[in-house]
Amino acid sequence: MMMIEMRAIRKTYRTGRVEVEALRDVNLDVDRNEFVAIVGPSGSGKSTLMNLLGCLDTPTAGAYRLSGESVAGLDRNRLAEIRNRHIGFVFQNFNLLPYASALENVELPLLFAGLPANERNERATAILEKVDLADRMHHKPGELSGGQMQRVAIARALVNRPTMVLADEPTGNLDSVSGRGIVGLFQELHAAGQTIVMITHDMAIARIASRVVQIRDGEIVEDKSAAA
Amino acid sequence: MRFAAAEIALVLRLFQADLAHQRKRIALTVIAIAWGTLSIVLLLSFGEGLKRSLSKGARGMGEGVAVVWPGATTRAFMGLPSGRRIAIREEDAELLRRCIPEIETLSLEYARHIPVTAGTKSVNTRVRGVEPEFGEMRNLHPQAGGRFLNAPDMAQKRRVVFLGEELARDLYGTEDAVGRAVQINQSSFLVVGVARKKLMMGMYSGHDRTQATIPATSFKAMHSDAEVGNLVYRPARPELSGRAKAELYRVMGRKHHFDPEDTRALGLWDTLEMQRINRDVAVGVQIFLGIIGGLTLFVGGMGVANIMYAVVKERTREIGVKMALGAKARQVMLPFVLEALLMTVIGGILGAAIALLLIFGLAALPLENEAFDLLGRPTFSPVIAVTTALVLGTIGAAAGYFPARRAAFVDPAESLRYE
Repeated sequence: MMMIEMRAIRKTYRTGRVEVEALRDVNLDVDRNEFVAIVGPSGSGKSTLMNLLGCLDTPTAGAYRLSGESVAGLDRNRLAEIRNRHIGFVFQNFNLLPYASALENVELPLLFAGLPANERNERATAILEKVDLADRMHHKPGELSGGQMQRVAIARALVNRPTMVLADEPTGNLDSVSGRGIVGLFQELHAAGQTIVMITHDMAIARIASRVVQIRDGEIVEDKSAAA
Repeated sequence: MRFAAAEIALVLRLFQADLAHQRKRIALTVIAIAWGTLSIVLLLSFGEGLKRSLSKGARGMGEGVAVVWPGATTRAFMGLPSGRRIAIREEDAELLRRCIPEIETLSLEYARHIPVTAGTKSVNTRVRGVEPEFGEMRNLHPQAGGRFLNAPDMAQKRRVVFLGEELARDLYGTEDAVGRAVQINQSSFLVVGVARKKLMMGMYSGHDRTQATIPATSFKAMHSDAEVGNLVYRPARPELSGRAKAELYRVMGRKHHFDPEDTRALGLWDTLEMQRINRDVAVGVQIFLGIIGGLTLFVGGMGVANIMYAVVKERTREIGVKMALGAKARQVMLPFVLEALLMTVIGGILGAAIALLLIFGLAALPLENEAFDLLGRPTFSPVIAVTTALVLGTIGAAAGYFPARRAAFVDPAESLRYE
């Protein structure tokens, strides 16, 4: 069973009287433990694809099965559950809650999953240690560097042991040194068996992925596995 | 529940953040809620004070008593014409006591306006001759050092008098009247008691404070031609008042030959009715005041809702993030509802504290004033506390709920792009 099965996915936005086809006839399968980089220029439909993959949005047409489960026609609360269980988001601008500590930020997905406080604390602490932030756990995002903030965000994405990590330009807001650190972290995660889908426009970063999918004008124009 | 506890900690932090961010707006809103709470508590307390004073005033003439006076028939009956005068006879009292078990106590009342004189001071006032039961029934309580008329006074036709407090003041100024002699109708009467001051809203033949009360037998001894002016009675229980009234007409009708349905043959005033109406009016006034207070509080609630809408807009991105992390609608909404409730509760506590301070401050002021006697003083009660808390809670929850609903319907994909 494929982790992700997208069949004939179309997404149309309506702005006023104009219809914009963001995605037309996208087919995409992602297997367990793949590290897929989705690349393409801005306006190509990357973000739309990311929203659909992350169950933040639903396709206009087509079928999407995540872990064998069809996502079409689910209500908002069911979709929230699926996101909570299956997907770990990493955003370009980190999207941490500014008033909460690193630990509390990482605990959030567990909070929404309804885990008890001690278990939340245990798991969040362990995962923060894994991303080398044991000494920054009680700092607020404002007291952390960009690279550290993105590590917190990655810890938050991993804490619920998701089916896949979905990263949207995770190095876009970082300097090259911090960026390299984050890329290294993703490589480690992949080596440990984590399925990763990353959206980027940076070919250099895409090169570390096991597979590169190129998208242009709402269509997949190239799908190439790296020579392993 | 588990979720709520952690959320509350976060909400407190959020509120702190908001507080720093929009201090002035939050302060104004909290003040608006405090003002609304102050209004509702004070108005309800004024209503409560009015209610109690009205009820006290209505009971001033006596609790649940009825007054009967002579009348005239309006129907022909057993060959007798209509328009016939029906007088009350002295022996009727005994008859009614014997025949109507629903009547608990009863007293005759003779009365005449005559001068009452003490030394050089003379007051022309209503002097009434009554039986000892009259005092307790009609709420005539003596000040310390005095007493009301008793059975021996009655039996021995003693020349003793119980003075209304205003009459005593007119005759003796601030001096103690008990033990002194007054002249009534050229006879010397010993003052045995002076009435305590009381609030009295319903009355017949004037306020008790200006009247002199003597034993019915002594009255009759002075005025052998006197006719019974009134009968005052009290039913054993309030719910028996209807039966007692019907029985009275039946018994009196048979003796005096009038149709028991002819209610004009004898005048009758049942004060229970007045007390009921008074209570209804007071409750109505209190509800009215409560609604005014509630509306004031409602305006404050609009302020809270307004802020919460702004906060939802400001946190659109954060809402999107939480949704991406798997927050369900309920989990997205709860912080907003809690934050609105928090603001409402803070304002509510502030307003209630000020209101209580005012109420107890007003109670401590030594105000001797007729207006205050009638209006009563604002009185706080548990019912007011519960009502206010319920209204506050409802308004706070609503002020949070509607903005929170908007938050729950944020499009996560859209909001993550929102700057």
